[in-house]
Amino acid sequence: MILPGNASCHGCPITIAMKTLDEIENPVVLMPASCSTVIAGIHPNSALKLTVVHVPFPSTPSVAAGMSRGYRKLGIKANVIAWMGDGAADISFTALKAIAERNEDVMVVIVDNEAFMNTGNQSSSSTPKYAKTTTDPAGKRENRRSVSLSLINYGYVATASVGYVKDLRRKMRKAGEKDGFRLLHVHCPCPPGWKFEAGLTVEIARLAVQSLFWILWEKDNKLRISEISKKAYENRIPAEKYIKLQGRFKGIKREEIEELEKFAVEEFERLLKLEEIL
Amino acid sequence: MQERLQDESYKSGKRVLLNGNQAVAEAVKIAKPDVIAAYPITPQTPVVEKLAEFVAKGELNSEFVNVESEYSALSVVYGAALTGARVFTATSSHGLAYMYEMCWWVAGSRVPLVMALPTRSIGAPWNIHSDHSDVMILKDVGWIISMAENAQECFDLTLIGFPISEELNIPYSVSYDAFMVSHTAEVVEVRDVELPKRKQAYKILPNSEFALNAVTVNDARHKARKTLMKDLENSRRKIEKIGRSFLGEDFSLAEKYRVEDADYVIVTYGGWSGDFKDVVDEMRDKGVKIGLLKLRFLRPLPEEELKEISGDVLVVDRSALYKFGGMGGEIKRIIPEAKNVIAALGGYEIGYSEIKALVRRFVSGKIGEVEWYP
Repeated sequence: MILPGNASCHGCPITIAMKTLDEIENPVVLMPASCSTVIAGIHPNSALKLTVVHVPFPSTPSVAAGMSRGYRKLGIKANVIAWMGDGAADISFTALKAIAERNEDVMVVIVDNEAFMNTGNQSSSSTPKYAKTTTDPAGKRENRRSVSLSLINYGYVATASVGYVKDLRRKMRKAGEKDGFRLLHVHCPCPPGWKFEAGLTVEIARLAVQSLFWILWEKDNKLRISEISKKAYENRIPAEKYIKLQGRFKGIKREEIEELEKFAVEEFERLLKLEEIL
Repeated sequence: MQERLQDESYKSGKRVLLNGNQAVAEAVKIAKPDVIAAYPITPQTPVVEKLAEFVAKGELNSEFVNVESEYSALSVVYGAALTGARVFTATSSHGLAYMYEMCWWVAGSRVPLVMALPTRSIGAPWNIHSDHSDVMILKDVGWIISMAENAQECFDLTLIGFPISEELNIPYSVSYDAFMVSHTAEVVEVRDVELPKRKQAYKILPNSEFALNAVTVNDARHKARKTLMKDLENSRRKIEKIGRSFLGEDFSLAEKYRVEDADYVIVTYGGWSGDFKDVVDEMRDKGVKIGLLKLRFLRPLPEEELKEISGDVLVVDRSALYKFGGMGGEIKRIIPEAKNVIAALGGYEIGYSEIKALVRRFVSGKIGEVEWYP
């Protein structure tokens, strides 16, 4: 899927996610401007052993829908994947919601590194509160909101993490086997953006899940919080352990950590309630 | 073309009463696109309504995608075109502005597609009526730009757009004035023809390890743009060859109307060319040697016809690009002494008498280098 010598940063979580694309049959991958574009490399070379179509930022869901319609009409078997970052999910949200609503036969993968990392770490709607970015140098003032949760009523929607590759692979495969709208939202802790050591990507990703800062769930016909996250809720690790490893939270106050911890737990408990009805 | 319509040419098809939008839809139906995507905007809406109706009735077997924006309309047809599908979309005015990024992307990708563009003013202030501000922002992107005078040309220029775009691998638009052409019913010959099958330079297929439009450095982007511009500039012969095979031998990029021996030539394009022709006729009756050159295509620009013009030249534009009208500035590069008038933006009514008064001022040498009218 991805060749050695590519342009990704040390410890890049996106390349971990990219490798799992080998679970998909007949993939055609669309990429808006993103870290993934850089990883894919410079024309005429390509670091990805895949069919890749690079497209403008907000167009990704719609170009994917068009390709999928074209293949269907012409009788060509293909699995169209709109592969985007959290920034592209922000800018294309209207189109994303529209292809979900039309149940277009498109698989959306959001590799979420919680900021616009390709341009050097600017805040997105996915950036957590108090995290410092170049556009929120004093720390972000709003809580992050989950794009996958906001699309939970459409098709197959699941979250995953590069810290739990087996779970990620299972969901990737499952999504790949389905028709219609599918969304896989993958947590991708970014060493240079979040300011932690490159060797800690998987550990940070796991700490995010174990502290409930990232929840693994799957909405197929029914919403299910994944076992990994249910266990994490029972044996939750303190938020501090997750936060203190990241330079982006440098200078965060005790009460601010407590606030983030409360927010994470509340979000999990809300999801628990949702699980009963969805 | 108009004369042809009046004599034998309609033998090949049926003659029906259609407005410009309906004529476009009828031509699209013949082209049998695989995928159609569009978002409604006045004055384009009837085109997509008609096509949706064809699909619903089973008269047209197309994937019809009701998108949430014009940006997505062009994005969807772009994606479908990459797979090898024949595609169509339509928009106008603000819709074109909203999809502008994709207009460049489609052209740069060398993907054939056809888009109808009834021309409408761009706000602010709000205005749904005709001028050519919208087509002017598309003019230099790298598309083939045709401009219909009437419902028949809406049909003809849409029909030939598919094979032309697919031969040249350049996106194609057909423009026609809001309401004056888009909503005005005329007798149209719906030609009974079959178009050749879709062809294109490349397709994106799974398992191909094809990487399209990755980041470029050094010469790649320069080369791509240069090739597109040169191909567009040199597309004239292919456009005329295809046009003539469907529309007859007198088809060309520009229509010469009574220009032989003319001392005065008016250069127009779009719906009001008919009014100007009537004025030419009236003044010819009075002994004034005047003619008209109608640009049927803005891109490629019919330079040969423009270079052939003798006598005084007036270019009448319905848009303003800083000091000159949309085409006036660049036609002055070919005919430096040409005069230019910017007239009737946002559907400002100028009728036959105002047009006649304008032409009279031109003939009496009273028009300066560039003027607004009124």
